[in-house]
Amino acid sequence: MVRVDGRGDGKSLIQIRGLDKTYQRGGEVIHVLQGLNLDVDQGEFVAFMGPSGSGKTTLLNLLGGLDVPSHGSITVAGDEITHMSRGRLTEWRARHVGFIFQMYNLIPVLTAFQNVELPLLLTNLSKSERRQHVEAALSIVGLADRTNHYPRQLSGGQEQRVAIARAIVADPTFLLCDEPTGDLDRKSADEILGILTQLSKDQAKTILMVTHDPLAAERAQAVLHLNKGVLVEGVAAMAGGA
Amino acid sequence: MKYGGLILANLFRKKMRLALTIGSFAVALFLFGLLAVVRGAFNQGEEIAGANRLVVANRASLIQPLPLSYADRMLRIPGVKLVAHDNWFGGIYQDERNFFGQFVIDVANQRQAFPELVVPDDQWQNFVKDRQGAIAGEKIAQRFGWKIGDRIPIKGTFVQGTWEFNLDGIYHGARPQDDVSQFWFQWDYYQERVPDRFKGLVGWYWAVIDNPDNAARIAKAIDQEFSNSAYETHTETEKMFAAGWVKQMGNIEFLILSIGSVVFFTLLLVTGNTMAIAVRERTAELAVLKAVGFSDRFVLALVLGESLIMAVIGGTIGLGLAKLFTVTVGDPTQGFLPYFRLPLETIVAGLIVALGVGAVSGLIPAVGAMRLRVVDALRRV
Repeated sequence: MVRVDGRGDGKSLIQIRGLDKTYQRGGEVIHVLQGLNLDVDQGEFVAFMGPSGSGKTTLLNLLGGLDVPSHGSITVAGDEITHMSRGRLTEWRARHVGFIFQMYNLIPVLTAFQNVELPLLLTNLSKSERRQHVEAALSIVGLADRTNHYPRQLSGGQEQRVAIARAIVADPTFLLCDEPTGDLDRKSADEILGILTQLSKDQAKTILMVTHDPLAAERAQAVLHLNKGVLVEGVAAMAGGA
Repeated sequence: MKYGGLILANLFRKKMRLALTIGSFAVALFLFGLLAVVRGAFNQGEEIAGANRLVVANRASLIQPLPLSYADRMLRIPGVKLVAHDNWFGGIYQDERNFFGQFVIDVANQRQAFPELVVPDDQWQNFVKDRQGAIAGEKIAQRFGWKIGDRIPIKGTFVQGTWEFNLDGIYHGARPQDDVSQFWFQWDYYQERVPDRFKGLVGWYWAVIDNPDNAARIAKAIDQEFSNSAYETHTETEKMFAAGWVKQMGNIEFLILSIGSVVFFTLLLVTGNTMAIAVRERTAELAVLKAVGFSDRFVLALVLGESLIMAVIGGTIGLGLAKLFTVTVGDPTQGFLPYFRLPLETIVAGLIVALGVGAVSGLIPAVGAMRLRVVDALRRV
């Protein structure tokens, strides 16, 4: 279930209450997010849409513990993250969040295997255990035969699949995808969305995705629209709000 | 070493840049090694100076002699245990370029005055019995391929004629830094052949004293003993004498320090710039590492680690080459710097300096990487 009215039952995986984010630019105060509420249950696939500058990426950054809000709270799996120190947030991210970026952001000097292995280096897994996890993750995204390829030897779609494998390899609580198909052709985009849908359905992975692409948003179970820092539910609501 | 792959991959990201940076370290540390060798060679006299030995020379100049009779008078001064004398010979062996120090020694007291220069007993006895006998340091014997029993002709300079010597012994140093490039022969043989005007005159004295703490008092007493005579003396510790000798050639220490400072400052700029570029190029990657869960400290250590690894590799290569140079090429001055060695302490000091430069040059980019905010970094990409 996904709610934006702040009246969730308190059992949702992700709970956001009264979230504000303001920036100071010059003498001007910019309100990016205003009093935002959100409840997302485990296993939901949620798409955030909205015009540029509406605060989608800011919301994702706040959810991922990469940024701190001006007001309000974010609770994920019982952890209130808004008051965590920078160090604790880093540890929390390692355990709970898998990031997928528009530009893949793979490390070019590492092979697909090594890129996917990165989050596991922060765990106590042995080398052979890490290998098993990496191979499993690469199999899920259909790249079991590309383990020793460097990013430059892969297509854009394949790079994004490696990025997905990196995001899921440590079995995080949820995935945050910032325009995961924004830099891909239609065919590759469909493949990536297929993998995300599969992760949501088969593995009950909670996925929050920012996208400009209506076809990508269609794959999600819920589509939320951000406009002028306020979240609204459904296509009709977006049309009304825009 | 689960992070080894990550560190190595980052190091080898730009192989040419890596090679050039390591090369900069290698060249700088090679120069450091050679400068340290030259400095050590100049300061060797001070380092090996016996704490209980005083040098008594003519007050006017070291090249002015002193009477042989002074020895007994010095021995009467409280605190003086032993007196030995030396003369500089300055002959030429085959060619003027074959420079080495030749000394007319006081056979009776030489071994007690210089216990660190060791001559095997049997060789010493043969030398004592042989009026034309000579003893050579192992380095000089090795340099000219001399063996015991060889006949060595040396052409006199201020004392004319060719002097024939029998090599009766080869001495070695008790410590690695001891000067093993001297050539000694007997006072009696020297006296036999020098013109009358040189007879009974020594170049300088070595006064061995009972306690180094009394050096100043005894030196003053010796100089007072011979004040207002035809041959006034100037007495100082062997260390001060050696330091004065080096100073005559200019401020070597300052020169070496200046060159070294310029080299390392330049290296600091080169490496600092390289590391800054390396970090700037990977802003997004460092942000991703942090997003994935790597801590700020890890990122700091990653960048600093790369800088330190380059420093250690480059430093090891440079110091290794310097060591190789001293071992294979040796003293390029043909004998003026007999102690031309790169000791282990200098190698360790060099590596510490390299690590210091690596740390300082990597610190600013590493702190920048540590402070990098993921949100800002990803927005820039």
